[in-house]
Order: sequence, then structure tokens, then C-alpha cells
Amino acid sequence: MNRNVLMWVAVVVVSAIGGALIQGMMEPKSTPAPNAQKSDAPKSAAAPAAPAAPGASTSATLEAVKARGNLSCGVNTGLAGFGIADSQGKWTGFDVDICRAVAAAVLGDAEKVKFTPLTTQQRFTALQSKEIDILSRNTTWTLARDTSLGLNFAAITFYDGQGFMVKKASNVTNAKSLNGATVCVQPGTTTELNLADYFRSNNMKFQPVVIESLQELTGAFVAGRCDAMTTDVSGLVSIRATQAQPNDYLVLPETISKEPLGPVVRHGDDQWFDIVKWTVFAMIEAEEKGVTSANVDQMKSSDDPAIKRLLGVTAGNGEALGLKEDWAYSIIKHVGNYGESYDRNITKQLGLGRRINALWLEGGLIYGPPVR
Amino acid sequence: MAFWNDRRTRGYLYQIAALGGVVLVGGILVSNTLDNLARQNIATGFGFLDREAGFGISEHLVDYSPADTYLRALCIGLLNTFRISAAGIVLCSLIGIVVGFARLAPNILVARLASVYVEITRNIPVLLQLFFWYAVVIQAFPPPAAAWEPITGVFLSNRGIAIPWPGLGAPVFEGFNFRGGAVLSPELSALLIGLSIYTSGFVAETVRGGILSVPKGQLEAARAVGLTRFQVLRFVTMPLALRAIVPPTTNQYLNLTKNSALAVAIGYPDFVSVANTTINQTGQAIEGVALIMAAYLTISLVISALMNWFNRHVALVGERS
Ligand SMILES: N[C@@H](CCC(=O)N[C@@H](CS)C(=O)NCC(=O)O)C(=O)O
Repeated sequence: MNRNVLMWVAVVVVSAIGGALIQGMMEPKSTPAPNAQKSDAPKSAAAPAAPAAPGASTSATLEAVKARGNLSCGVNTGLAGFGIADSQGKWTGFDVDICRAVAAAVLGDAEKVKFTPLTTQQRFTALQSKEIDILSRNTTWTLARDTSLGLNFAAITFYDGQGFMVKKASNVTNAKSLNGATVCVQPGTTTELNLADYFRSNNMKFQPVVIESLQELTGAFVAGRCDAMTTDVSGLVSIRATQAQPNDYLVLPETISKEPLGPVVRHGDDQWFDIVKWTVFAMIEAEEKGVTSANVDQMKSSDDPAIKRLLGVTAGNGEALGLKEDWAYSIIKHVGNYGESYDRNITKQLGLGRRINALWLEGGLIYGPPVR
Repeated sequence: MAFWNDRRTRGYLYQIAALGGVVLVGGILVSNTLDNLARQNIATGFGFLDREAGFGISEHLVDYSPADTYLRALCIGLLNTFRISAAGIVLCSLIGIVVGFARLAPNILVARLASVYVEITRNIPVLLQLFFWYAVVIQAFPPPAAAWEPITGVFLSNRGIAIPWPGLGAPVFEGFNFRGGAVLSPELSALLIGLSIYTSGFVAETVRGGILSVPKGQLEAARAVGLTRFQVLRFVTMPLALRAIVPPTTNQYLNLTKNSALAVAIGYPDFVSVANTTINQTGQAIEGVALIMAAYLTISLVISALMNWFNRHVALVGERS
């Protein structure tokens, strides 16, 4: 009897070894050169690319998105103005619009997006493990994320900074008087690190309360478990706006950090990186040139060479990206330009003006390289 | 006879082959994973453990500041896991024993109440129970400035229970929080109450089952030789019942320890919470998850070993005597 069992084990092990050896022999081993463009699709799925015309697709992510017929986009679990689903399950928000814009550029249809809500802790793993094609979820660009996490930040869509929110009744009016306070914070964020830095550098003490779910965390803050809540100012404004009594809360004047937010992709797929990057830049250029979702069709007959290039009337940009020539036209038609999305989501829903997120032409920081 | 026809030799060969197979498969998995990570330029290795953690941890049994290393932060988390598991095991056993006996009480009302308790605690998901207790703790108590002081020097508020403690002095309210004394935080309280109550339902059933498993004849014989009710319980029922109680209770202790990983949902900085944050800040998910697995495996094996020791030295000795 004992022998029988051992026999089976042996059979299983031998076939496992055999299988592994065969797989090992079939698989061409190549040493990964840093920064070389590499297909990152599972080996079996990577069809040998036909001899590539310049700009022809070598992007595994692009191929996968086209084959699937939709874009898989990681978004917030629920932050009004940035990414939130309504009772019908329809997603809206500034970050959500970036997903729609990429889908419009790649598939010609801004609705072909599968949204995956992700907490602060889940977001990077979801991107690394290819569960999502892009992460568009108020994520701060930092050196560590850009390097050791294996990610690429495509662009900065929103310049933010970290702040504190308190209850008005506490009579706290500035961050320096928070010494000894209990502070609610989400784990796995830059917020958590800046918080410790700020109190350390000001020789102040604090007690963190760290809860993963934003909803639970906000609940704890509202119940009085914490004296202050901290995250990006945009996030605080959004959380405040969705409270039953927004006027009971005060966002303190200090911003204690730089939080440049933007969409993120994986290392190793340069073409996909380019597509996401230029989707954002096209939205910025459209605002600079006054091209909106309402006038984009008329603008097709504009004499401005830059507008002609942007809308694909003069061909070239689409081919260079490996997309159709009307990629940017689709974005503007179906989603709008940068300013339209900002106004619709952030100004209207949160009452937060453009300030440093105004175009450079108006003294802000929003500046896109030329779309040519 | 050729050596491969010898049963023992063949047995050894199979075992070596099995071991080799496991090592090989493991090796292939590891090397494949490292390859893939390198391809995506994701950092690997445990070097991050020596780097500065940079985040705060609310509860630490030994000194900790954000300037300490990830290694120290993880140790703080591990100690917090030990603390909640040990306290939870003690508390759930106490409640479980009381309720288990209550279920067998001759008084119908007591027995019914006990069975209602068992059904409720066992059948509501533990995560919901944790949320419930956390909400109770932070909603029902006043803010610290208006804390209740049932006994002089003891303060109850939504920041927890602050009590005087030798060496730490008496708690005084200052600015935002209580300073001095010992504080039992709302997170730890809710986690302790939630886990203990949930697990106590299972323990109670085990205790009841164990007592019922003692053959009637033994008890009658004990009464017949003139032992008092207490003596019967002490020298006959308990030793025999423990044999049936200890092994399944070990499982419950292991469950409680593993369920303590839900701490992150209500903000208690246990090992999983700290490890998750570490994973997120360093991006080293595989190393982090490996540490989590190693930590829980170790804790579980230690608990099993202790319970086995207890079983051999208490339960069975009891039976022989
Ligand atoms: N920008 C910071 C923080 C971003 C962040 O996650 N903020 C919180 C609060 S505004 C959030 O969006 N939470 C929602 C959730 O967990 O789904 C980062 O990238 O680490």
C-alpha cells in the first residue's frame, strides 16, 4: 500500500520534471537588456510580429487591448470628481476621463473601458500583474515608484499637494498646532510618508490611525477617532464635499508636499507608454488651440497647421503612434479637451478652480510638448 | 536480487526522487519569477529591510519611530500580532468555557441563551463583527476632552481606555489626547472583543461536545464510590473531556491567530498591516508575501507545539491518574 502511494508520487514528480524540462528547452532564454523594448505578453500569446513598418504595432498591451475590444483601467474605489461610480454603475471623474480618452484613441470608442476599482494598496500589484492596462487613480509620481516598482508615469494631469482636514469645532486653524494629534491616513500612500516627515521635521508628535478602505477611514474621522485626516488636498476637498455637512469641516491652509498625479503604465512597453502620454498631451494641446468636443468637427476645416496635424487632417501622428490618424479627433470628440474634463469633473463637482492646473498660457503649470 | 528490487532501497529512491522533484519545481518557479521581475525592472531581494521605513505605527510595544528600518517596523507588527493572538486566545477560552458549560446547564433559560449566543457568534462573518465592534467603540464613547471617568484616574473615550500604570504615571488630558498611563486603543479593543467573541462560539461547542463525550458509566461509577460533584468534575469529567477538547481547540486558536490578519480593516497595526504597507512602499510583493507566510507558519507551528505539549502533559496525565 505504502509502495503504491510512493509510486504515484514518483509518477507525478517525474512527469512534472519532464514537463518542466521540455518547457525549459522550448523557451528561448534571453538575457533582458535594461530598457530594451520587450513584449510583456505571456509567451504563448505573443504572435510573431510581421516585419514592422515604422510605427507598426509591437506593443503587447496595445495588441491585447485591441483583441479584447476594451481597455482595462484601474481607478479609485470612489472619490468624487476623480473616479466614482453612480448607482447605475456608470463611472465619472477626471481620472476616469483619461481611461476613456485612451480607449477613444486606441479603439475609437470612449465607452469600451472596463473599470477596476483599486485601493491604495492594490493598485501597483494590479498594474504589475497585468490585471489592468493603465492605472489612472490619483497616483503620485515618485522616484521609487518610477524605478523599483517597475512603473512609468506617462504624464502629470493634476498638480496636487498634501493637506489636512479637521472639524471646525476643534478650533484648529493651522497644521503647526496639530502637535500630539491623532491623524487618520491611508496605508501604502505617499501621504503616509509625508505625514511622518512633516511631524518629524517640525519636532511634533502624532498618532496615526491607518485603515485601508477610504470609506472606513473617513467614517473613523467623522466619528471623532482622529483629530485630523490627511491626504492630497484634492482628495480632502472631494471627501469634504460628499459629507452630509461639508461646512463642519475645514481644510487647513498648509500643503506639506508635492503630489504630481497622473496615469501609470508598466515598464517594458514603450509604445503603450507613448500612447498614454500623447493622449494626455493631445488633450492639453486641444485646449491650447481652443478645440472642444463641441467644435471639433468644424475645426477639421481649420487652416491652422497645428490643428490639422492634431485632428489627423494632415497625416503622420497616428502612424507614428501605431494608431489611426483620427486618434486625437476621437479623444476630443468623445471626451473633450483637458479644460473641458477639468471643468466638468473638478470645478463643477468639487468647486476647485484651475489655479496651478491652469494652462501655462494663463500662468499655470499645464504644458504639453508639441503634438507633431 | 538486483538492488532496485529491494523494497527499502526502492523506497529511498522514490523519496529522493520526490524531494529532488520538489526542489527542482521550486527552483524553476523561483528562477522564472526572478526572470520576469527583472524583465519588468521590478526590484528584488531583501535589501529593503535595512532601509528607513518612513511611516508611523500607532501601537508599539518597544520603541519605534519613522526613522527606523523596515525590519524594525515588521518586528513591531509581529509583536502586535503576538499580543492580539495571545490576549484573544486567553479571552476566547474563558468565554468559551463559560458558555460551553452554560449550554449544558439544567436551567432551560441559561441553556437557551447560551445556544443563541453560539449561533449568533459563529454565523456572522468575523469581518462584520469587527466593523460592528469598532463602530461601537468609536461611536458610543465621548471625545477625549469629555471623557468619562468612572473611577478616578481611569478615562473612557473614543481614543480608548486610559488607566494609571506603574512607571507610566496617571493619564492626563493634554491638547488632543491623553498623555501618560497605559492606553488600550479602540482598534485593539475592537479587535480583541471581535475575535474573542467570534472564536468563543466555536470553543463553547467544542467544550460542550467534550463534556458530552464522557461515558455516563464513568460518572455513575465515580458517584457510586462517593466522590462529590466537584470531585467528579475535577478528577473524572475534565480529564476525559479534555482529551476530546484540546485538539479541536488548537484549531480554533490557529483560526483566531490567522483571523487577526483582518486587523488592517479596523486600523490595528498587526504584522499583515505593516507588511502590506511595506510591500506597497517598496513594491516588493513577493518578498513581503513570503515574509507573511513564514511568520504565520512559524506562529501556527509554535501554537500547535504548545498545544501538543499541553495535550500530552495535562490531558493524558489526567486520564491515567
Ligand atoms: N497621491 C497619493 C495618495 C492618493 C490616494 O490614494 N488618496 C486616497 C485619498 S484621496 C484615495 O484616493 N483613496 C481612495 C481609495 O482607497 O480607493 C499617492 O499616490 O500615494
